[in-house]
Amino acid sequence: MASSVSLKIEFGGGLELLFANQRSHKLTLPALVPSDNSTAHSPPNLDPDTDSATSDDAPIADGWKRVDVTYLLHHLRDHLLKERPELFMDKETVRPGILVLINDTDWELEGEGEYVLKDGDEVVFISTLHGG
Amino acid sequence: MPPKTCILCSKNRAMLKRPKTGQQICKECFFLVFETEVHNTIMDANLFNPGERVAIGASGGKDSTVLAYVMKTLNERYNYGLDLFLLSIDEGITGYRDDSLETVKRNQQQYSMPLKILSYDELYGWTMDAIVGQVGRKNNCTFCGVFRRQALDRGAAMLNVHHIVTGHNADDIAETVLMNIMRGDIARLGRCTSICTQGEDTIKRSKPFKYTYEKEIVMYAYFKKLDYFSTECIYSPDAYRGHARVFLKDLEAARPSVIIDIIHSGEAFEIRDEVKATQKAQQVCKRCGYMSSNDLCKACTLLEGLERGLANAGITDRARRNMNAEGPAPDDMRTIPFFKPPADMAAIPITTNS
Repeated sequence: MASSVSLKIEFGGGLELLFANQRSHKLTLPALVPSDNSTAHSPPNLDPDTDSATSDDAPIADGWKRVDVTYLLHHLRDHLLKERPELFMDKETVRPGILVLINDTDWELEGEGEYVLKDGDEVVFISTLHGG
Repeated sequence: MPPKTCILCSKNRAMLKRPKTGQQICKECFFLVFETEVHNTIMDANLFNPGERVAIGASGGKDSTVLAYVMKTLNERYNYGLDLFLLSIDEGITGYRDDSLETVKRNQQQYSMPLKILSYDELYGWTMDAIVGQVGRKNNCTFCGVFRRQALDRGAAMLNVHHIVTGHNADDIAETVLMNIMRGDIARLGRCTSICTQGEDTIKRSKPFKYTYEKEIVMYAYFKKLDYFSTECIYSPDAYRGHARVFLKDLEAARPSVIIDIIHSGEAFEIRDEVKATQKAQQVCKRCGYMSSNDLCKACTLLEGLERGLANAGITDRARRNMNAEGPAPDDMRTIPFFKPPADMAAIPITTNS
């Protein structure tokens, strides 16, 4: 089992303005990440001690979890976002008014932040807050 | 999580959760219910007459882009018999409106609808860039809002159209209800939830998306891959509305029905006759012929202030009195061309900008 997941990230509806006006990003995240969503070690890649624990049924060491959308949000905020983080995140989730689609499906059907990311997933963020 | 099945067709994989109902549905069923609800809204309110010429107020943003697409779809599917036009106002904001108008021009091709663009420069002799150059960024939204409203009516008159549809959605209307309550603006509170407004000899305005959630409009545009423009206006957006919007989005996150609930609350307010009686009667602007509740309409007052270098005259009563104390408007001052309501339905071939 791979120790990392490769993701495609898209921003739309004006949200790309917070991310250096770039709509599409490619990203690799470790398969296991700190449960407290601390992104201080990412990148670089994950702690080698946890490498063996990435198969689906292997136990996960305390303080670690499989990489999920909540972690992705923290990663995007801490490493990709260029300005005004409050327009992207609010507490531990996206700011109300931002739609999230995981592989073209509304994230509300996929468990929202708890969705565990798989290699090759595509996550789209669209702001509904910009003028009509 | 295992994939969920669409609750409507029980066949395809569900791809979104409807904010209005909580239903989990697939893409195809979503398109159908979205379009059918707009159709039902149109039929329930009897919005259109066969043969009517209707202009879609098009900014290039998500709401009006989806509206143009859905109006075209429904007009063909249900034989409304409408002649549809795109009407865009060019406020003259470099780096914002010039880009979004490119989107509208593409929509003109994609939807094969005639497009009319009317600019502030052409109508008022001032672009928003020039207005901001004189008044600064503080009150410029007042100018833009007043000028746009009148420009849309005048553009419609030029197209010989009696009816404008706009992309205002349920979220916009709920925000406006909240703002009018916070300001105690009884007159507007009464009007802002109407699906259709029409004064005497004015052009009819309707909001077919009155009950359509913003989330669904954005999802529809995304799934249909519609081409729209989304950048915030560079001259600071309407800050007061921004607060109402954030508040509403926070409420919606906790309880999605809140948007429809607030619209319902707005509709349920009843204004007592004694209060109605204190509201100003509509008349016609003495200078430009546009409808007005004073001798001069708001646009003429604002334009006079700009022309005389006293831009605040249209904003506060005191500045207005000061300007009047300086004497009457000079005869050679630029004014807005006299308003001619659209001629009767005699169909005149339209020449369009492209």
